[in-house]
Amino acid sequence: MAMNKIRGAFAVPRKGETFELRAGLVSQYAYERKESIQKTIMAMTLGKDVSALFPDVLKNIATADLEQKKLVYLYLMNYAKSHPDLCILAVNTFVQDSEDPNPLIRALAIRTMGCIRVDKMVDYMEEPLRKTLRDESPYVRKTAAICVAKLFDLNPSMCLENGFLEMLQEMIGDPNPMVVANSVTALSEIHHTAPETQALQVTANTLRKMLMALNECTEWGRVTILSTLAEYRAADVKESEHICERVAPQFQHVNASVVLAAVKVVFLHMKYVGPELAKNYLKKMAPPLVTLVSSAPEVQYVALRNIDLLLQKQPDILNKELRVFFCKYNDPPYVKFQKLEIMVRIANDRNVDQLLAELKEYALEVDMDFVRRAVKAIGQVAIKIESASEKCVNTLLDLINTKVNYVVQEAIVVIKDIFRKYPGYEGIIPTLCKCIDELDEPNARAALIWIVGEYAEKISNAGDILGGFVDGFNEEFAQTQLQILTAVVKLFLKRPEKAQGLVQRVLQAATAENDNPDVRDRAYIYWRLLSNTSDQNATKNIVLSEKPPSSLPPTLLEQLLQELSTLSSVYHKPPEQFVGQGRFGADAVQRAAIEEQLQNARENPLAAAAAAAVSGTAPAQAQSNVENLLDIDFDGGAPASAHKEPSGEMSGLEGLAGTPVRVQSPAAGAPAPQASNNLDDLLGVFGDSGPSQPSSSGANGGAAADLMNGFSGLDLSGHASPPTQSQPQKSSQDIMDLL
Amino acid sequence: MLSGILVFNQKGENLIFRAFRSDCRPRLADIFRIQVIANPQVRSPILTLGSTTFSHVKHENIYLVAVTKSNANAALVFEFLYRLIVLGRSYFGKFDEEAVKNNFVLIYELLDEILDFGYPQNTETDTLKMYITTEGVKSAIANSPTDSSRITQQATGALSWRRSDIKYRKNEAFVDVIEDVNLLMSATGTVLRADVNGQIVMRAYLTGTPECKFGLNDRLLLDSGGSSSANGGRGGGGISGNNKATRAAAGSVTLEDCQFHQCVKLGRFDADRIISFVPPDGEFELMRYRATENVNLPFKVHPIVREIGTTKVEYSVAIKANYSSKLFATNVVVRIPTPLNTAKTTERTSQGRAKYEPEQNNIVWKIPRFSGQSEYVLNAEATLTSMTHQKAWSRPPLSLSFSILMFTSSGLLVRYLKVFEKSNYSSVKWVRYMTRAGSYEIRF
Repeated sequence: MAMNKIRGAFAVPRKGETFELRAGLVSQYAYERKESIQKTIMAMTLGKDVSALFPDVLKNIATADLEQKKLVYLYLMNYAKSHPDLCILAVNTFVQDSEDPNPLIRALAIRTMGCIRVDKMVDYMEEPLRKTLRDESPYVRKTAAICVAKLFDLNPSMCLENGFLEMLQEMIGDPNPMVVANSVTALSEIHHTAPETQALQVTANTLRKMLMALNECTEWGRVTILSTLAEYRAADVKESEHICERVAPQFQHVNASVVLAAVKVVFLHMKYVGPELAKNYLKKMAPPLVTLVSSAPEVQYVALRNIDLLLQKQPDILNKELRVFFCKYNDPPYVKFQKLEIMVRIANDRNVDQLLAELKEYALEVDMDFVRRAVKAIGQVAIKIESASEKCVNTLLDLINTKVNYVVQEAIVVIKDIFRKYPGYEGIIPTLCKCIDELDEPNARAALIWIVGEYAEKISNAGDILGGFVDGFNEEFAQTQLQILTAVVKLFLKRPEKAQGLVQRVLQAATAENDNPDVRDRAYIYWRLLSNTSDQNATKNIVLSEKPPSSLPPTLLEQLLQELSTLSSVYHKPPEQFVGQGRFGADAVQRAAIEEQLQNARENPLAAAAAAAVSGTAPAQAQSNVENLLDIDFDGGAPASAHKEPSGEMSGLEGLAGTPVRVQSPAAGAPAPQASNNLDDLLGVFGDSGPSQPSSSGANGGAAADLMNGFSGLDLSGHASPPTQSQPQKSSQDIMDLL
Repeated sequence: MLSGILVFNQKGENLIFRAFRSDCRPRLADIFRIQVIANPQVRSPILTLGSTTFSHVKHENIYLVAVTKSNANAALVFEFLYRLIVLGRSYFGKFDEEAVKNNFVLIYELLDEILDFGYPQNTETDTLKMYITTEGVKSAIANSPTDSSRITQQATGALSWRRSDIKYRKNEAFVDVIEDVNLLMSATGTVLRADVNGQIVMRAYLTGTPECKFGLNDRLLLDSGGSSSANGGRGGGGISGNNKATRAAAGSVTLEDCQFHQCVKLGRFDADRIISFVPPDGEFELMRYRATENVNLPFKVHPIVREIGTTKVEYSVAIKANYSSKLFATNVVVRIPTPLNTAKTTERTSQGRAKYEPEQNNIVWKIPRFSGQSEYVLNAEATLTSMTHQKAWSRPPLSLSFSILMFTSSGLLVRYLKVFEKSNYSSVKWVRYMTRAGSYEIRF
């Protein structure tokens, strides 16, 4: 059968394949031509360059066979750019098809025309688009609506001049729900790429239309409408109430993205309605949120990240639902990690016993990352709920008694955090000191040493313990060395008679025999402080000062709530930190590209000519030039160059490969600080990177923290503030980042 | 929105590459291959490199990848990928590498239809099947203008899920209530979590455009008193039997949450909890629900597991059926985890057959038929090989799978299904109940 032959196309390429395909494409038999088109498409998918067949494929465009037509169109969309002149040959067919009696063909023609990104095509699009926007068939209209967005992307000025935006705005009043949804989609896209067009203005009238279409259109259309409603700021309380009332039934939709979009609308509009009503809606949205937790793991992950955000704003909505978030044995790790975080958020003094029992269970599992997180969660619970801190400490002690190496280490780190917030658990210090020999991770060693230094006056053999560390000072990690230094100085200040010699030794070791500038600097500071005789208390005030309780950095909560259910909400980062194009980055990118050309102009006159040519042409061309710069392989339709070109960039990517855990997403990225080789050094610059918080602090620190770490290795400043890039050097790196 | 959809096999070969926007470069396929498929460390379904985000789902032996360049709606992206799987399965039976390779033309055609400029369009299987077909024969219909205008009407209409000209000689509706009961029990025998995920699947073979009303013994509805008595037109021997089966449970059920097929008028449900809809033709999932109160656990399991030294583990697992003796469960399978270094096992059972499956590290105990109120016991012993590096056994939970007909864990009951149609025909309705194991886990 024909199918077998198609499968043959996956086999090793034969010699002269293009030749064979060409022969097939011009065959006198229709079925042979069709088969050849299929094979051509197959080769295209595999990444082979079949653009040379363009004229031959094009000959098959005029056919009554819908399937074949679709294939030719598919080919056309892919290679139109490499043969812009030949595309003109297809125009006639498109225009004809857009008047075909069959609505499917009319829609296909207009849909495909918009995807052929060639200037010449744009010129011929105006008439068919105008006609199809007013087509009698809703199917054609809804396709044409999207096509306006495509046209705007290609040539905004033409789109505006021909009044397509106004036509689209009228179409929000279309009797067909799907046309309404697609019109809103297209307008919203245009509005976001070019806010100055004011494409999507929600008025009382459009609002009514959208709410009407909401109950009838497809699930995807509902998401679009709901997202628009979420961005809309209601005119008065009444309107907000009305929106909430109409949107709330969507909580019951089977599609998780509809549910999340509806939650977003109600959550944002709830601020303006009465507190009683708002409370009602909060109660109403809890069950659907819980239901999301039983969806497919990936959807679940997105939902959990969003629930995390909602809980930060409204901590009480799910406080009876702790059990729902218990990890199942087979949950994928990224879901488990997120569930842990949510459990900590929901924890209160009523459910804390249950939670601790569960966390202890997790801490005894085998997945090392998960176990560490579970132990950490116990610490977070202790810090969150003061009354439960004793129970938490006891649980941690139980875990330390299991003697499982990594559990013990993590438990010690966590106990340090608890000590910081609640002094008064000195009783357990001897137990901790017993496992001193088992600690081999710098974090855990440092934590234990910190505890010893902090409570030096209460530990009778503190001097001996620290003495042991001082003896092996030069074998320790830098992080631990710093902690030893501090602890010894603390001990000396608290019990000078015992630690005189020890201080001398450690300062000697840290200054004379150590190569690490951080350690040396800190040692010098202590040395100076200690030799200061004018004010005896100064040293004490500095070294033994009150510790501020550890706290979470301020979050971007409000902004993130606006982004509910998007990638931004998954990363807990504002979109400008990872989106290069569109709303935020497009201008910056364009400017950067022009900047680079100016730079080139200064360096060589040849490029100057090119730059001049570009700046002289229409904006659409400038756009495509930007795309060329963004193009990862710079090769477009010429794969021959692909092999030599990217070598430099590939090395960049391989650099990324070393630290992908960090780049992929906060939940999975944070657990393994030790896995990211050089990153720790980088982060070390910013201070203690130990408890890396998923919610980032500011724009600067945030960019460096999680998501962009892969890139921060290359260029830390590149992402700090894209809109203000001015130095040409940096701008070129910015472009690198965007790839 | 979406910039492109890519499909890979496990080896990382790109099977489908469909770009919807010009920013989806062919090179991205290589990047995904290097960064995700070839990287065993990747643990997240979302990966952002620069400004490109790859969201992927693994199904059978293929990766389905969505490429986005903007701050896309992540929930929508994944829902869409899963919808693609549903579509693929309904078209090809099984959506795997084989199916993709054999049907790549059709897949391109489908993608072209369900996504426009990266925005999802109509993804209803039934509608799509009207004009995108595997045989290529039926597309002749799509070629005739009159038929295709009807198709496009439906593809965009308010009733996008139903054709208007459906006729049946005999009007029938089958309702299947299928419940997945989830349990997580601690080692001390306390129930940590017990809930029911239910779905109601309907097969409607009804003429014309029927308006259906559907009633359950939902507590909120019953309390509000806004319900009428059961429908007389209800037929089928099953109903009287299962009344008995579920009567043991409380008279009414509290549904924590429900979700409906898009044919259900959500506004009406929100206002007066009436489930009213015009059904699609044939089989569809009418609703899903969740119940957490008064869950009837069909099986009680008492595992006793003792590790004797480092060389032996002794098991004694007792399992008791907790439902009426008139009912029986089928295909009961108990999976009892064994340590990784198990060398051999011996099992004795009072019913069914037990076998050690080394590749799963499980003793699998199968009981084909398990009648109500009976109790069976398994005694087993696992001999362990000694290891130089003794690592503690994590004791994964013991798990159960089963299915029981005419039993609902939540106690849910269909009270009525009424069909209204212009021609006022009478219709026959059938109801079936089934409970299966969802994640039924017992720690020990």
